[in-house]
Amino acid sequence: MVDITITVNGTGHSLSVPDNTLLSDLLRENLRLTGTHIGCDTSQCGSCTVELNGRAVKSCTVLAAQANNGSITTIEGLGTPNDLHPVQAAFRDNHALQCGFCTPGMIMTAIEMIKDATEPLSADQIRAGLEGNYCRCTGYQNIVKAVLAAQTQLRSV
Amino acid sequence: MYSFKYHSVSSTEEACTLFESSESAVYLSGGMTLIPTLKQRLDYPTDVIDLGAIDDLQGIDTENGSVRVGSRTCHADVACNPHIQALADLAGGIGDLQVRNCGTIGGSIANNDPAADYPAALLGLGATVHTNNRDIRADEFFLDLFETALHTGEIVTAVSFPTPLRAAYVKFPNPASRYAIVGVFVAEHNTGIRVAVTGAGSCVFRATAIEEVLQRDFRPAVVEGVSVDHSKFNSDIHASQEFRGHLVTEMTKRAVAKIA
Ligand code: FES
Ligand code: FES
Repeated sequence: MVDITITVNGTGHSLSVPDNTLLSDLLRENLRLTGTHIGCDTSQCGSCTVELNGRAVKSCTVLAAQANNGSITTIEGLGTPNDLHPVQAAFRDNHALQCGFCTPGMIMTAIEMIKDATEPLSADQIRAGLEGNYCRCTGYQNIVKAVLAAQTQLRSV
Repeated sequence: MYSFKYHSVSSTEEACTLFESSESAVYLSGGMTLIPTLKQRLDYPTDVIDLGAIDDLQGIDTENGSVRVGSRTCHADVACNPHIQALADLAGGIGDLQVRNCGTIGGSIANNDPAADYPAALLGLGATVHTNNRDIRADEFFLDLFETALHTGEIVTAVSFPTPLRAAYVKFPNPASRYAIVGVFVAEHNTGIRVAVTGAGSCVFRATAIEEVLQRDFRPAVVEGVSVDHSKFNSDIHASQEFRGHLVTEMTKRAVAKIA
């Protein structure tokens, strides 16, 4: 077993888990934060994306122990149903989700892209940034629209 | 994943000592290859030694005309360092955004995947690999499929790249994995032209016949006339040997066109 101290969505946790525990499992099973989805479990689909120490990572391909002493934001840490994060609101307003399975990962990746960009992102840059996130429903068009809309709002504040 | 003992270490000395005292240990850098490998049970080490907490393996320094990249520097950080633009472009084309935030240069070259991008940059730029006990020239580092000159337990600490006069990397990526089906790194140095090819064969190699013609005349068109022996190239569902041979020519032309 390995002892882990982490901050998730602003709350500190100390727990002891098997050495081979994945970060995605720690979040979902130990902390019951099931908004982080497991689509492929092979580092392809991006639905498990969370922010670890300020960067988007695929939590199915990070050991929980690697995140020790780290700070994590999951989809649950962004907004509430009555007070959505601007990227969440943009996804809703632009019909950028159907089944919603990919959405938490899409939003976590989109937030990092917008945060890191020094200039407004083009639709092509958004598509390239979302290469590691698969959506089996929407056809991506509205996801790109949502990210464009969200960045306009976030950059103006 | 089978069970293993996880260790976080704070120095390369501590890592080596642990490695030697373990039954079968592996080093963990970014984990983008290792963790999927463990999950598929293709490897089952008794001990996983995480190098992530060793601070002096991180970062990029520019010193007397060369760039030194710490082995644990992730692809995303190399991608936004414009000192050698071709190197930044190459790093920015590895995997996807999340993979680039974790995957490291040291991990990539120590693994020496035949379709990885970094080996082409190291060979094309004539880089030097620094380990915890010696320096190895890129020309002597990549030996064969997943095989390098590293000794068991040796740790890559950094890679130094001499700044070229001009350089470009172009790859034909596998549309799903973004690994290079064929990738070509072309660089001109004071000492001459180097053309390094990844993805085509079992290991990165220099296309010396192409280097010779480009040395005389640095234009995309001259590459057309050089015959590429594809008889030992890789062949899989994505590309036949012939197609990979064609891609070597085509990717070289595109790389040359970028900087001619
Ligand atoms: S579940 Fe992690 S990338 Fe698909
Ligand atoms: S909305 Fe269903 S997978 Fe994206």
